[in-house]
Amino acid sequence: MKRYTIPRLGAKLLLPLILLFALYVQFHGDYGPGGGFQAGVIFGAGFILYALIYGLDNARRLVPPWLLRIGVSLGVLIYAGVGLMGLFLGGNFLDYGVLDRHDPVHGQHLGILLVELGVGITVSSVMMTIFYAFAGRGR
Amino acid sequence: MLVVTAVAAIRLRDLFAVVMLFGIYSLVSASLFVILDAVDVAFTEASVGAGVATVFMLSTLALTTSREKRPVPHKPLLPLLVVTITGLALVYGTWDIPRYGDPANPVHHHLVQRFIEDSPKEISIPNVVTSVLASYRGYDTLGETTVVFTAAIGVLVLVGGARRRRRSRKDEPE
Repeated sequence: MKRYTIPRLGAKLLLPLILLFALYVQFHGDYGPGGGFQAGVIFGAGFILYALIYGLDNARRLVPPWLLRIGVSLGVLIYAGVGLMGLFLGGNFLDYGVLDRHDPVHGQHLGILLVELGVGITVSSVMMTIFYAFAGRGR
Repeated sequence: MLVVTAVAAIRLRDLFAVVMLFGIYSLVSASLFVILDAVDVAFTEASVGAGVATVFMLSTLALTTSREKRPVPHKPLLPLLVVTITGLALVYGTWDIPRYGDPANPVHHHLVQRFIEDSPKEISIPNVVTSVLASYRGYDTLGETTVVFTAAIGVLVLVGGARRRRRSRKDEPE
């Protein structure tokens, strides 16, 4: 696909916007529609576009599969870890109110942000992992 | 529109076109969710259903074949009967569903009221959907994330595993 000028240039223009939009959806999920899941999917889709246009090998060099495997489990660990943090700080499992000692509302903000980050990391890594698995199999 | 796409997807034998129709179907249902004011759901449907799922199905087609085999001819009478009875039962069930958008519906009285009234005080982020998903229903979302994680492991075991085995067999000293 690298030889075709229009897809390549189009992807080059779109890719930063897609990735930026994914980050926007990730961190603006508190205020508008969106959140970790959608952001992860958009981020993963951006990388899949990159892999489609610039070839699987370049994509593998950019995001190696071992990194994705770490990412897949890291997201779940962040989520569960935030839950356990609440447990250690004297609250219930997944009770974010205790994360900030002075202001439970602030603790909720922090907890939701971290949890959504975990979801986003896992989902985007999973999307890329599945794509690598399928695309790598055909050759 | 949804019905037309669904029927076309069933009738067509060219799987490439069917995948494209599924993408259109997802996009149309996403717009339906927007009309129903469920923006978060619409967002997910548009990005997952119309975007990534289409790519995954296409890459599956690249691995297998893009023509559907002719089905074995069979008697359609019994399946038709089962489908008709089930459909009638479902239609009968919808008679008891409360009218859409009626403020007297039970769903608007217990939890929703509490979420909408208390979440600005307790969590104070404007998007109630996010606060419900990530805080009040944190267990559910943790479970969903684990499901996604498990899906990746399943795909790796099923699809990614064979390649590694072949390579390791090649690497073996003989």
